Amino acid sequence: MGERQVELEVLRYNPETDREPHFQRYSVACREEWVVLDALNHVKETLDPTLSYRWSCHMAVCGSCGMMVNGEPKLACKTFLRNYHGVIRVEPLRHFPIERDLVTVIDDFVAKLTRVKPYLIPKEPKSVEAGEYRQTPAQLKRYKQFTLCINCMLCYAACPEYGLIPDYLGPAALSLAHRYNQDSRDGGRGERQEELASKEGVWECSFVGACSEVCPEHVDPAAAIQQVKIRSTLDWYQEHLMPWLKK
Amino acid sequence: MAKSNKPIVWGPFAAGGTVTAFVTPALIVLTLLVALGATPELLQYDALLAFMRHGLVEVVAAGVVFVSLWSAAHRLRITCYDLGVRADTLVATVVYAVALAGTAAAIVYLSRL
Ligand code: FES
Repeated sequence: MGERQVELEVLRYNPETDREPHFQRYSVACREEWVVLDALNHVKETLDPTLSYRWSCHMAVCGSCGMMVNGEPKLACKTFLRNYHGVIRVEPLRHFPIERDLVTVIDDFVAKLTRVKPYLIPKEPKSVEAGEYRQTPAQLKRYKQFTLCINCMLCYAACPEYGLIPDYLGPAALSLAHRYNQDSRDGGRGERQEELASKEGVWECSFVGACSEVCPEHVDPAAAIQQVKIRSTLDWYQEHLMPWLKK
Repeated sequence: MAKSNKPIVWGPFAAGGTVTAFVTPALIVLTLLVALGATPELLQYDALLAFMRHGLVEVVAAGVVFVSLWSAAHRLRITCYDLGVRADTLVATVVYAVALAGTAAAIVYLSRL
């Protein structure tokens, strides 16, 4: 396996001592098959133990290592160094406040996720004795893709609308809500619609599609949002033009 | 949180996007055929004129024109916003008015065929 010297330019910010974030250069001897996270770990172990960043699984599952690599939102554990030439610039995820170095404050996303109730809300109470829910492969297929979200927030860093309008619920929260709406066991769509069909819900989306481009799990949040728009539009016509259909 | 009334403008926009995706390529092919002088019998001017004079076809044609223009108008409105023009109400009024005027013109023209 080959080795090469990689120049990393990492954004540093220490809230206790720094007034402004600044870049710091590290020259790291990296192995050919390393990802950006390996390089950061190497820096932390051998050059600078003060460097802070989040990670856990190193296999694109936990969603904690999202950061900007040369201006693009990436999972550091899935971004191979061999695909880059020259200095690699590593910054915290765009559109989020910086807590320290590459660590961002994610409270806004977590609060939004909570608001859309991303869990099963059964249609009616069902006792354990009544047995399990059954689902056909076709019913599973309707929502399976949207279950793959790992909450890495790359889509929020990519979304220009979220940058412009911080109140926007954003791609991951919307597609996770859609995941439960699409589930045949779920009866919570009416409750979720209060958030989803609001102005800060799907209607802030102008279908840029950047979320789907950067999603490391191919969830395609843009598709979920468009599907919610169609459903919400049908709801609207039903509520306003055919009120007699109301349950 | 109150539900948005955006579906009023988004419904025709989505319909228009879908319709133009089918109609525009057909129009391009048709125009090219005419330009090359290779118009099939069925699509000759007289045949098409007779077809377009049918009441139902006129209604459908007016509908297609409306959703297509509306779709373009709405896209333009969103684009303006994304480009930093934040006078959204003004932009919306202008672009939708143009779409409605175009639709009205199409209806007048269709009724005079
Ligand atoms: S470390 Fe878990 S997704 Fe990268």
